[in-house]
Amino acid sequence: MKYLDEFGDADLARRLLDDIHATVTRPWAMMEVCGGQTHTIIRNGIDQLLPHGVEMIHGPGCPVCVTPLEMIDRALAIAELPGVTFCSFGDMIRVPGSSDDLFGVKSRGGDIRVVYSPLDAVQLAKEHPDRQVVFFGVGFETTAPANAMTVRLAKEQGIANFSLLVSHVLVPPAITAIMDSPTCRVQGFLAAGHVCTVMGLGEYEPLVERYRVPIVATGFEPLDVLEGIRRVLHQLEGGEARLDNAYPRAVQPRGNPVAQAVVREVFEPCDRQWRGIGMIPQSGWRLSPAYAAFDAEQRFEVSSIETTESPLCHAGEVLQGLIKPNQCPAFGRECTPRSPLGAPMVSSEGACAAYYAFRRLDDPVVA
Amino acid sequence: MCLGVPGRVERVWEAAGIRMAEVDFGGVRKEVCLAYVPEVGVDEYVIVHVGFAITKLDEASALETLALFRSIGTLEAEFADPLAESGGSP
Amino acid sequence: MGHGGGGRLSAELIEHLFLPAFDGTALSPVLRQLGDAAVLGLGDAAGGARLAFTTDSYVVRPRFFPGGNVGDLAVHGTINDLAVSGAVPLALSVGLILEEGMALDELGVITETMGRAAREAGVSIVTGDTKVVDAGHGDGVYINTAGIGLVPDGVDLGPHCVRPGDRILVSGPIGAHGIAVLSVRDGLEFGSEILTDSAPLHGLVGALRESGVAISVMRDPTRGGLAATLNELAVAARLGVEIVERAVPVPDDVRAACGFLGLDPMQVANEGKLVAFVRAEDAEQALEVVTAHPLGAGAALIGEVVAAHPGVVVARTGIGGHRVVDLPLAEQLPRIC
Repeated sequence: MKYLDEFGDADLARRLLDDIHATVTRPWAMMEVCGGQTHTIIRNGIDQLLPHGVEMIHGPGCPVCVTPLEMIDRALAIAELPGVTFCSFGDMIRVPGSSDDLFGVKSRGGDIRVVYSPLDAVQLAKEHPDRQVVFFGVGFETTAPANAMTVRLAKEQGIANFSLLVSHVLVPPAITAIMDSPTCRVQGFLAAGHVCTVMGLGEYEPLVERYRVPIVATGFEPLDVLEGIRRVLHQLEGGEARLDNAYPRAVQPRGNPVAQAVVREVFEPCDRQWRGIGMIPQSGWRLSPAYAAFDAEQRFEVSSIETTESPLCHAGEVLQGLIKPNQCPAFGRECTPRSPLGAPMVSSEGACAAYYAFRRLDDPVVA
Repeated sequence: MCLGVPGRVERVWEAAGIRMAEVDFGGVRKEVCLAYVPEVGVDEYVIVHVGFAITKLDEASALETLALFRSIGTLEAEFADPLAESGGSP
Repeated sequence: MGHGGGGRLSAELIEHLFLPAFDGTALSPVLRQLGDAAVLGLGDAAGGARLAFTTDSYVVRPRFFPGGNVGDLAVHGTINDLAVSGAVPLALSVGLILEEGMALDELGVITETMGRAAREAGVSIVTGDTKVVDAGHGDGVYINTAGIGLVPDGVDLGPHCVRPGDRILVSGPIGAHGIAVLSVRDGLEFGSEILTDSAPLHGLVGALRESGVAISVMRDPTRGGLAATLNELAVAARLGVEIVERAVPVPDDVRAACGFLGLDPMQVANEGKLVAFVRAEDAEQALEVVTAHPLGAGAALIGEVVAAHPGVVVARTGIGGHRVVDLPLAEQLPRIC
């Protein structure tokens, strides 16, 4: 595919890596905020190709990982109801709630549909006016325009049997929470490219100034990630802290104003729980009063469902890079990819799940 | 987060007042909503996330970035000791 | 439940539930080998002949997909389980579980497809059974096929034969079947020319056998894809597997579909591909034999067996890093992140 394969070229990767190795004089720790970039790093083995001492801390930018347990439990409660068709991105189907997952509801006869786009859920609602069609609207700023447009369409077209269970989260408040932690070790950030595609770069300028950290908007192919890392390291070695854009083919400084306008019309900021991290003020979006009629939490009266995380889970410390996943007492015991306790073990790209897979190299267990 | 894939717009139409397109991702085609990229037309590249084009892909920038990657390291190579290559013998 | 997806959950069910439950018979050791087919010696009276015996059930949804339907899948799948155990397939049984209300014309198309697939493969359907369940208690039609085959003298295949240094051969580009099925699945439909690769592999396996190359073990990487098959063999052989990611043949359009669905081509199902572990000195010859066969276009040597990291599959990535190729937890679902 054009504009994809070129950014995985092995020779150019070598050049970027050589430059990185020639640049680095001492240890640095940076965070890739986005789970998509974690995926690229793990899938391509980028972390092992970096100079010894350059540490990638895998951030909380994975909606699967950070959607709070109670929101999963609310989703399960709605999905169990007769007459409900519950639609979700594939990612969320196996994320465990306190006692089950959506796949479990499906195998007991629940009408659970995996869709590629929220528009598919609206289409289902149109085709089945006798069913209540609910879409699980998770994701970061990148996904919000799609979910916003979907609700707006449903309202315009009077599709009353459609609703959205919203659990949107935002990147800049998460960066603030990470930097404000007294034990924070992060010295630079790869900002999530597609979040910046939608929101632009403006929100990150104050963070660069306040915390004196380099922030580089970064894409998702192997060369993109290497270039983001390279630019952060050049800044760190030069004693600089600037906002930079290593993904200009997709990120304009102002972002996508059309998408931002629709998001602001449909959603409003709110406090949100992050699985494994806790409450982060003003770190999420919920439906604005004009669209409250499409809020599944209200329609199905599930907002009272509250769940607490396992006290065994040290995900917050892992996500801040304070401990390695295998230093958590629950790692590989109470907490495995099969039965995860916390965020980073949930998704295959999460830090704990990645360590779980790689642990087998150092400590082979033959079944 | 946020899987976004580049594809080329093949065909554009309107459905219920919304601009839709067929986008080719290198041999597979998917229906994509263009509501957020009103300026994009046929044969242009977009980045698609969950069925929505979230931006036009700036092809000139893409080529510049690749050119930058190709230039990295070549300066040192070109200006490295020229005698080394010829074996250093006069 | 995710226990049918060919991933780790299936493996756990087998290990913790089925094996203990079915243990304690004369031929339990055969069961415990967990091959795609059981190979049974018929004793001296039969001149030392060995029979391969296998069964599989087919519940694919949707039932019709580009390039095939559940019918030819059910015939090819069981033939392939026999073929990769080294057997020459002889005969199949067909068990149909029909849901009340299943359209007869659709059933007709499926069974005609089964008949044609069997005739083209030269394998006879010799016995069968039909049951009807109440509406709502089935999914249209479930098909079970069992098969028997004869294992030629001297054929010895299995994880116990695998040695460090063995090269890994895959008979062609991977991922087409799984992507073809996804392309017509509700909620995910996309346009493509990708057809299922469903095909009977016994001819290809026969060509390899006749060439005399030394093969350690063979599999057809169906559910869970190449990743599941390599993991299964690494664990069973108690050896490591190393593959070169760039050497694994993936068609451009399959790669593109995996790109926007967020899937790993190595975890996507195939229905007409062979994975063979071959002695290093015979590897190039094996590649030539497979490539010369109509079902072996695009075959490639993708890696080797190593003594290090037993039970673990490691891939050298396109940019020179390494990663663990994990056993998929269950069926792959499209992701957004």
